[in-house]
Amino acid sequence: MSDKPIIIEDETPKAQSPFSEAWGMFRRNHAALVALFVLAVIVFMAIFGPLLYPTDPFEMVWAPFSPPGQEGFLLGTDYLGRDLLAMVINGAKVSLLIGLAAALVSIFIGVSIGALAGFYRGWVEELLMRITEFFQVLPTLLFSMVIVALFGASLPMITLAIGIVSWTAVARITRSEFLRIRELEYVMAARACGVSNTRLMFGVILPNALPPIIVQSALMVGSAILFEAGLSFLGLTDPNVVSWGQIIGSNRQYILDASYTVTIPGVAIFITVLAISLVGDGLNDALNPKLRQR
Amino acid sequence: MALLEVENLRIELTTRDGTAPVIDDLSFTLEAEETLSFVGESGCGKSMTALALMGLLPEGIGRVAGGHIRFNGEELTTATPARLREIRGNDISMIFQEPMTSLNPVFTVGEQIAEVLRAHQGLSRSAAWDQAVELLDAVRIPNPKGRAGDYPFQMSGGQRQRAMIAIALACQPKILIADEPTTALDVTVQAQIFDLLRDLRRQTGTSIIMITHDMGAVAEMAERMIVMYAGRQAEIGPVEQIIDHARHPYTQGLISCVPHIQAVLTDDRPDLVEVPGIVPSLREFGKDQCLFASRCAHVTQTCLDARPPQKAFSAGQIADCWHAEAF
Amino acid sequence: MNILRNFLTRCVYALILLTAVLVLNFSLMHLAPGDVADTISQSMGGADQEILDQIRADYGLDQPFIVQLGRYIGNVLQFDLGYSFFYNMPVTELILQRLPATLILVITAQLLALTIGVVMGVISAQKPNGLMSHFVTFLALFGYSAPVFWTGILLLIGFSLHFQWFPVAGMRDVTIEGGFWVHFVDLIRHLTLPMITLASVFFALYSRLARASMMEVLGSDYVRTAKAKGLSVREVVYKHALKNALSPVITLAGLQFSAVISGAVLVEAVFSWPGLGTLAFQSIIARDTPTILGILFFSALVVIVGNLLTDLALRLVDPRVGGKK
Repeated sequence: MSDKPIIIEDETPKAQSPFSEAWGMFRRNHAALVALFVLAVIVFMAIFGPLLYPTDPFEMVWAPFSPPGQEGFLLGTDYLGRDLLAMVINGAKVSLLIGLAAALVSIFIGVSIGALAGFYRGWVEELLMRITEFFQVLPTLLFSMVIVALFGASLPMITLAIGIVSWTAVARITRSEFLRIRELEYVMAARACGVSNTRLMFGVILPNALPPIIVQSALMVGSAILFEAGLSFLGLTDPNVVSWGQIIGSNRQYILDASYTVTIPGVAIFITVLAISLVGDGLNDALNPKLRQR
Repeated sequence: MALLEVENLRIELTTRDGTAPVIDDLSFTLEAEETLSFVGESGCGKSMTALALMGLLPEGIGRVAGGHIRFNGEELTTATPARLREIRGNDISMIFQEPMTSLNPVFTVGEQIAEVLRAHQGLSRSAAWDQAVELLDAVRIPNPKGRAGDYPFQMSGGQRQRAMIAIALACQPKILIADEPTTALDVTVQAQIFDLLRDLRRQTGTSIIMITHDMGAVAEMAERMIVMYAGRQAEIGPVEQIIDHARHPYTQGLISCVPHIQAVLTDDRPDLVEVPGIVPSLREFGKDQCLFASRCAHVTQTCLDARPPQKAFSAGQIADCWHAEAF
Repeated sequence: MNILRNFLTRCVYALILLTAVLVLNFSLMHLAPGDVADTISQSMGGADQEILDQIRADYGLDQPFIVQLGRYIGNVLQFDLGYSFFYNMPVTELILQRLPATLILVITAQLLALTIGVVMGVISAQKPNGLMSHFVTFLALFGYSAPVFWTGILLLIGFSLHFQWFPVAGMRDVTIEGGFWVHFVDLIRHLTLPMITLASVFFALYSRLARASMMEVLGSDYVRTAKAKGLSVREVVYKHALKNALSPVITLAGLQFSAVISGAVLVEAVFSWPGLGTLAFQSIIARDTPTILGILFFSALVVIVGNLLTDLALRLVDPRVGGKK
């Protein structure tokens, strides 16, 4: 009755650096790989686009509402006759920069609060988690609208406003990682060796808590870009710079005449955020130790 | 005709490393009102056999690759899902190893018993509930009327396992499969559960298939036993005869691990012996050799060259060992 | 008794949170450049320092911070959130006029996202590699990545401008006449697109979680028990598995209330829905600080009430919540 035996040779595991191991896992996720390429192209465009396509995004270059592809303007012109392609290219820089900076602000706040809460426990944790809950109760967009409205719509203020309202998820993840890792043997060992609390927190625990924080951070950049787009769609933006959301916001009244002025910048936001979230998925595959063991 | 006939059963499990036969050429019968025990270490395929009998092999992972399972002469390996549902919980029912997780946490215990009665016996809501309370009484849960409205998290492990037994026996099944019913419980509770199962068997005449790795439980509960090793039958026969004179080195090892069986039944082996080594990994399953060879003290070249034949002895004792006559 | 006490504790906690929102509100108002006196003097076309001081004394703005804060909280307790000089009416009254529109939008969108999300999650969980599964994954990616106002504008262009199936803006058509049902149908027609737009974001979250949660539950021991009982597939999936799989989805939905309101601000702006979001948008342009802060307070109130309701819903689904530990 017994059929062919199955004989599977043991593969000798090769020693790999953590980075190349993570990259190997990341590469298996094809969607993430494509997304990473798309993202690289977008970043390249944001940095060098204005040099390669030097049309001023604020200048009226042609009759308003010329549809895409006509009169030599690839994406057409908006309600003021500005070149939409120039606006989308120049808008990339602001959207990406604010997204990145705001994500950094919220990661800084979130990691600090989460690390302190998870490390010290007790009343510190109680207090910090109550503060986190408090921030979760305030609708993020309304809260940042209020900040921008009260303190002015400059780019740094917008960045700060987005960062201040969106750190809670990072704080929760950091705290739960700290709670888990602080009980592990190597932390106990370091503690027994008399390592200072600060070093223990940032030198021992934090590096080990990083993988989920990195994944969350990637997603934060995406949601910060969406956030900035939402604010500038509502007109809460510096009128002297172009961003993708602002193009949509300022052309919103004219969707009857020229729907492409709204759809095209939207596609730019969509593709960017989609690429970021796919890369985030790939990072999750690459950094999640549970998956790696499979 | 036997109540249950299993013939040349082969179950394959698909893993990332390929397909492995977790049950390889297994045959046995179960008579009415008989208790048959499956014995062996973890991972030797006992639970897979139970799930196969119930038609509950994990979808997409395990499948019956060959052989027959006949219940009252009816072939189960090819039965429709609807027919299997009629049989499950009604004619053949099962108690699982983990009472802590086997009951649904968000329904009351009474409801979980009553729904079997509604599904198979068409009882009304209130009639099924009353019957559920009686069943809780039958499995000796105090204050059954009050406890029927409790959720599983409000009960102890032993009480949950009693509730599981009540579910399994609700429709007075012909066969009850108990998959390590006491492994997760305290020792005192274990004894109570065995007492309960024995009494219930006497009252209802249900045949029991008891899966365990506890030879003591086997000696207490079963008339016949099957010793499994690495997905294959090692030895089968009447319990007393096997404990008295096991013909397979693995069985001998298992028996000598248990102190009180030794003390009662044999005087000539005073020392406890352990079986060295571990069960082979799934990759080894299905090889044409004796799979126990790597752990066997009596291994010869023959054992490594071919799978051992079944050697029959008196009273239906069969041992799958090249050297069975020698022991 | 236990459940009641638990619920009361949560209510007290909710009150503390609300007070914290008030303190934040007031501090923001205090920190921001310009005060009520400036606003009034602007509306009068400018005023000299003497008049400004007079106004500040009238409104108690010359008092210490803590006194002003105490008075502010005292006023709020009497449902007085200040006066909107832009709309010329008390802020509370103004907000209560707009609140129902936002509540209709937020609640229907949440319910729509939850229902469809759970249904699709459950269907796709049963065939992890089926067509539905890929569809759910795709929609989840779209919902996460597309700016909600853009989705709204696309729907508007498609279904209101191109096909003209739905009205372009607003909540009701003032020209129609008729009984309750006529107005109800009119409301639904106006509501459909904003609701779908807002739901699209959260539908993505819920379907993905429902799918993951359902897949985990379908592999659990108690589902195996349910199968071993010989129950039908329907009973196993929709009774035994679903009730367990719902808890995490409901918890997530509760956490999303503040995000739903944020989304509603944008959706209201796209569809000119006359709710709090549009009001917030207008009062920010008008620099109407009392109204803005009143809206922030009320939206926090809605989130807190939403969280309390979520808690109650969880208790209905899972007896372990709030019971014996």
